[in-house]
Amino acid sequence: MAETLYREIILEHYRNPQNRGILDPSDYSYEDTNPLCGDEIRIDLRVNDGIVTEIGFSGRGCAISQASASMLTEMVKGQPLDEVKAITKEDLLDELGIPLSPARLKCALLSLKVLKAGIYGFSSDDEDE
Amino acid sequence: MVVDVRAAPVPPTLFDADQVRRDFPILNQQKAADRPRLAFLDSAASSQKPAVVIDAMSEYYESINANIHRGVYQLSEAATAKYEEARHIMAAFINARQARECIFVRNTTEAINLVVWSWGRANLNRGDRILLTQMEHHSNLVPWHMLAEERGIEIDYVPLTSDQQLDMHAFQELLNNNTRLVGVTHISNAIGTLNDIGTIARLAHQAGAIVLVDGAQSVPHMLVDVQALDIDFLAFSGHKMVGPMGSGLLYGKRELLESMPPFMGGGSMIRKVTLEGTTFADVPARFEAGTPAVADQIGMAAAAQYLTGLGLGNIRAHELDLLDYAMEHLTEVPGLTMFGSADLSKRSGVISFTLGDIHPHDVAAILDGENVAVRAGHHCAQPLMKEMGVVATTRASFYLYNTRADVDQLIAALHKANSVFGLG
Repeated sequence: MAETLYREIILEHYRNPQNRGILDPSDYSYEDTNPLCGDEIRIDLRVNDGIVTEIGFSGRGCAISQASASMLTEMVKGQPLDEVKAITKEDLLDELGIPLSPARLKCALLSLKVLKAGIYGFSSDDEDE
Repeated sequence: MVVDVRAAPVPPTLFDADQVRRDFPILNQQKAADRPRLAFLDSAASSQKPAVVIDAMSEYYESINANIHRGVYQLSEAATAKYEEARHIMAAFINARQARECIFVRNTTEAINLVVWSWGRANLNRGDRILLTQMEHHSNLVPWHMLAEERGIEIDYVPLTSDQQLDMHAFQELLNNNTRLVGVTHISNAIGTLNDIGTIARLAHQAGAIVLVDGAQSVPHMLVDVQALDIDFLAFSGHKMVGPMGSGLLYGKRELLESMPPFMGGGSMIRKVTLEGTTFADVPARFEAGTPAVADQIGMAAAAQYLTGLGLGNIRAHELDLLDYAMEHLTEVPGLTMFGSADLSKRSGVISFTLGDIHPHDVAAILDGENVAVRAGHHCAQPLMKEMGVVATTRASFYLYNTRADVDQLIAALHKANSVFGLG
């Protein structure tokens, strides 16, 4: 179980995160935490002609939350903002490709929650928290 | 009349954790073929339950279940007698002078809230101070924050030393004429620090303050004598002491309880109700509005008798033996940092640690893969985590049914976590 959860791709993104850093100035910026385990993620975006040209994530947390954020930035970079808006939970979970318990789902989806809240400009408090 | 449940504890040499394990059905389930045996190291969150507790509750439901108090028929009278017997057993368990000093509640949190909203509202006003500590569980912080907001009272916090003990020098300096109450945990749920309640109570009383002790982590694991320690209020839960969830107790000195208004209004807690108003029942009924968790409190009393039979001194000695063994072997795990005192006499069987920079949730997930159940996170003690300079820790906690085999399984799983993350 631990072997499938911490498969090599996850650990690779955790050890060598992509697009890690803060963009200042940025067009969109948002940060949030997972109160269960204290994971923190901030995502900054620069958008040119409707395309996400640059993205940076920062924060700290478990391997799942950090690897998920790294993978999400790769999915987003260079994509039209409209397509970024259409990214679903399932899309990100497919990319992660690991079995997740309900508790760890929150870790895995924190980055997407932050990204969406940044783009749409509203608070991302879950109804179930 | 207080029933003596302290008779004939098992002599220390006869305490046998392997024998104790047989009393707990959940530890004797058929093992899944593809999983290692279960090493349950999360009793600080909630303990497992022995058959005698489960049976006591089943027996209640199968033979005497009926609503208690005003029923004028045999079943109700039998249920009432059993419920009140449970109160006597619990009074003896903590050496209360009288059973009426024991209020049945759902859990420690409710017990503390009862003190805050009944005693606190009746006694605390603007300018009054209360003294808490930096190692409190959120349950002994949040209700006080809520009351402070309502009443304008001030809250001071006892700081910690570098090995996460209460700074007793600072404690004495913070105690002053306006300190009305000292609220302190007996044992830290997050890191296992054992506080010197006898000294704290003596100093608090000299300063004219009363003492509320959060006994959630101590009452299940050691003899807690409210008279010897001179505790004014003691709060604890049944579910951490091999009793059922939904059972718990608030002990309060009789004169304090009798001076307090009700916490919740409703049935069972009245003397007389007219449309113009209500006069309230005596203690303890005044604080037990509505139908109580009769079977659960009977289950908690069965748990108290079970622990007493084994001997709380024996249980404490067993946990310290495991703690000693675990601390010795944990130091051999590369990157592992333990919190709390190195002095066993100043701690309980709770070990909180970090493993390099691996997030505690990742550590716990890998441990779960080896069927080692531990807790990871801030342990409802965020101010303490901040003070220790960490976001979270991984916590293993021992109880009477744990053995060195559980510790060995933990250590092996930690080495595994290191290897998954490419350390050690």
